[in-house]
Amino acid sequence: MAKKLLLGNEAVARGLYEAGCRVVSSYPGTPSTEITEFAAKYDEIYSEWAPNEKVACEVAVGASIAGARSFCGMKHVGLNVAADPLFTASYTGVNGGMMIAVADDPGMHSSQNEQDSRHYAEASKTMMLEPADSKECLEYTKRAFELSEKFDTPVILRLTTRVAHSRGLAETSDRTDAPLKEYTKNPQKYVMMPAFAKPRHVFVEQRIVEQTAFAEEDEINTVEYYDKKIGVITAGNCYNYAKEALGEKASYLKLGCVYPLPEKKIIDFAAQCEKIYVIEELDPYIENHCKKLGIKVYGKDVFTLQGEYSQSIVAKAILGEEKEFSVMDMDIPGRPPVLCAGCPHRGLFYSLKKEGVAVCGDIGCYTLGTLAPLGAMDTCICMGASISSLHGRNKANPENAKKSVAVIGDSTFIHSGVTGLIDIAYNNSASTVIILDNSITGMTGHQENPTTGKNIKGDPATAVDIVALAKAIGIKRVTIVDPYNLKETQEAIHKELEVDEPSLIISRRPCALLKYVKHNPPLKVNKDKCRGCKMCMKIGCPAISMADGKAVIDFTQCVGCSVCTQMCNFGAIEE
Amino acid sequence: MKSYSVMIVGVGGQGTLLASRLLGNAVISEGYDVKVSEVHGMSQRGGSVITYVRFGEKVASPIIEKGEADLIIAFEQLEAARYLPYLKKGGRIVVNTQKIDPMPVVTGVTTYPDGVIEQLKEKANITALDALSLAVEAGTSKAVNIVLMGVVAKHMEFKKEVWEKVIEETVPPKFKELNLKAFELGYSYEE
Repeated sequence: MAKKLLLGNEAVARGLYEAGCRVVSSYPGTPSTEITEFAAKYDEIYSEWAPNEKVACEVAVGASIAGARSFCGMKHVGLNVAADPLFTASYTGVNGGMMIAVADDPGMHSSQNEQDSRHYAEASKTMMLEPADSKECLEYTKRAFELSEKFDTPVILRLTTRVAHSRGLAETSDRTDAPLKEYTKNPQKYVMMPAFAKPRHVFVEQRIVEQTAFAEEDEINTVEYYDKKIGVITAGNCYNYAKEALGEKASYLKLGCVYPLPEKKIIDFAAQCEKIYVIEELDPYIENHCKKLGIKVYGKDVFTLQGEYSQSIVAKAILGEEKEFSVMDMDIPGRPPVLCAGCPHRGLFYSLKKEGVAVCGDIGCYTLGTLAPLGAMDTCICMGASISSLHGRNKANPENAKKSVAVIGDSTFIHSGVTGLIDIAYNNSASTVIILDNSITGMTGHQENPTTGKNIKGDPATAVDIVALAKAIGIKRVTIVDPYNLKETQEAIHKELEVDEPSLIISRRPCALLKYVKHNPPLKVNKDKCRGCKMCMKIGCPAISMADGKAVIDFTQCVGCSVCTQMCNFGAIEE
Repeated sequence: MKSYSVMIVGVGGQGTLLASRLLGNAVISEGYDVKVSEVHGMSQRGGSVITYVRFGEKVASPIIEKGEADLIIAFEQLEAARYLPYLKKGGRIVVNTQKIDPMPVVTGVTTYPDGVIEQLKEKANITALDALSLAVEAGTSKAVNIVLMGVVAKHMEFKKEVWEKVIEETVPPKFKELNLKAFELGYSYEE
């Protein structure tokens, strides 16, 4: 046993290792990504990036049926994609233990919505555990595999950003050997056709009864009694906020198993305390359960449905206490994230802005193209929606086709854009789709994907040929442009919007942050030539600013992409 | 010991995560409980970034709220101003005087405020220094984080040797000398 300072996600990966997990398949998504990155460092575990979360979940299901302890990880919205296999894997149950990690993002640090994944546990009738810190991330992961095999069910480990991305001390130990279990053909268990699924549903309902008995008895749901005037029912990181704010002024029921929830344990705890608060981020999930049991609790009437909680939110709501602090007597400009200097998306977005088209956007770094000064995005819904929503837009009004495009990254295209492109080809809309191929999954921190030619370990792998793929599904017009070349890019966009058939533009240039990308020397502004017209500012490059009426280029940021050089009408930007 | 709260704030790409790792490792080598909270993803692309480090006998919450930080390490002056409300009464801010224009300033929507450091000095205990120049003196502009940790080390209870050992263990061997020099430049900095 050794104590180590581990990121929550790293502790989950360590738990996978120690539990003898053999197969890991995931799609990256903040804040879940590092689980799989750390898992890939253990040679004993087969790890991979899958094209999307549905595939990842099915890989884990297949590995489990084959007898291996298996895992898939994803962010909250990824579970929407993996929901299909989840709901039925709940019926089939497992052979080798199977765990699914889902990371919710209260406060939306890097997400498009604030969905509460606990509802998925209840809806799919799948056991869910929720750790509060790195120590529990490791412990609960190991328990998840035991519980999975004991109850014949996949087990979901629910994380939130603050648990996934906080470091804390955790106790590590050696890997336990979990040999492959024998696979026996058993269609009644694994072929979910109506005749076999009906008895499995009976099994699932009985399983919930048994799991509830476990939730009543097991110490994973812990009671701590101090002052009984205030009783707190909570789970996950909210337990830490409550403990920090209230200390021994309150008693606690900390729920480590959030589905199924215990009943008697909650009723007994509530009977011991005078005033009961349920402290949980996002939806009133535990609160509604308590109310169903007839317990009077305070929850969303004093706490918000939005964002992350904290010790001060708890202290204010329950004790009415607030800390003193100072503020500046000046306006402080915000600092939103931006496309990096040298980002290949910049030239493409500037070209789209110039063309004045509506842009159906997608999920990735390029969503930042929405912000000023580029302002080149009209919609962003979910992974893949750019292409299919463009098709809908153009079918709603065929005139839109000449002034609308879809933009989607290479990884997002593989994830769920390709099906939309098939729709465009099959149902023949004159849509113009642009794939921003920067040779990596960018926003989540540079993961390989099926188009990059490398696997999760960085070893050579089969690369999807996007041009051949597009042709094979029936897209006849495919153009490749370099987004550093504004003229070429603008001409291609203009031409493809004009034609009356589906077209695909691949805007191809690797992410400027990739280690193998060689940068040019930083550019300089010739002060004598610069007229201070601010044309170069229109591309929103963080390396360019104005000082004393002239443009200035920050040498620490500039990578010499020369997109600004093409903007300048006076030749003032030089090598 | 009551828990001690440090906030590390800066601009995405400035190396705040390495600073929090150093501090976290120093704290555990002294036998404390510790929690470090970071934000990954979207906010790293040139946005405002925050890391919380809390340590003590037993730490519950991984985050720091308004009026709670004993120490704020700011890698850029506007970020020091932004997070001033998080400082506890009597707390200290160590601030790098470097200015990095945020996008609303670049696009001309607003201006970078004047007199940030002066006003901070009226409101809190401030150590302000040009850590970028010291980092360049040590050998690279990227060592701003280590220079700042050198300054911070003087305001914390751990021995200098603890910090030096942690730096040696945390940074790649080929950058060891450079980083130790950057640390020393920060440690010996006098206002």
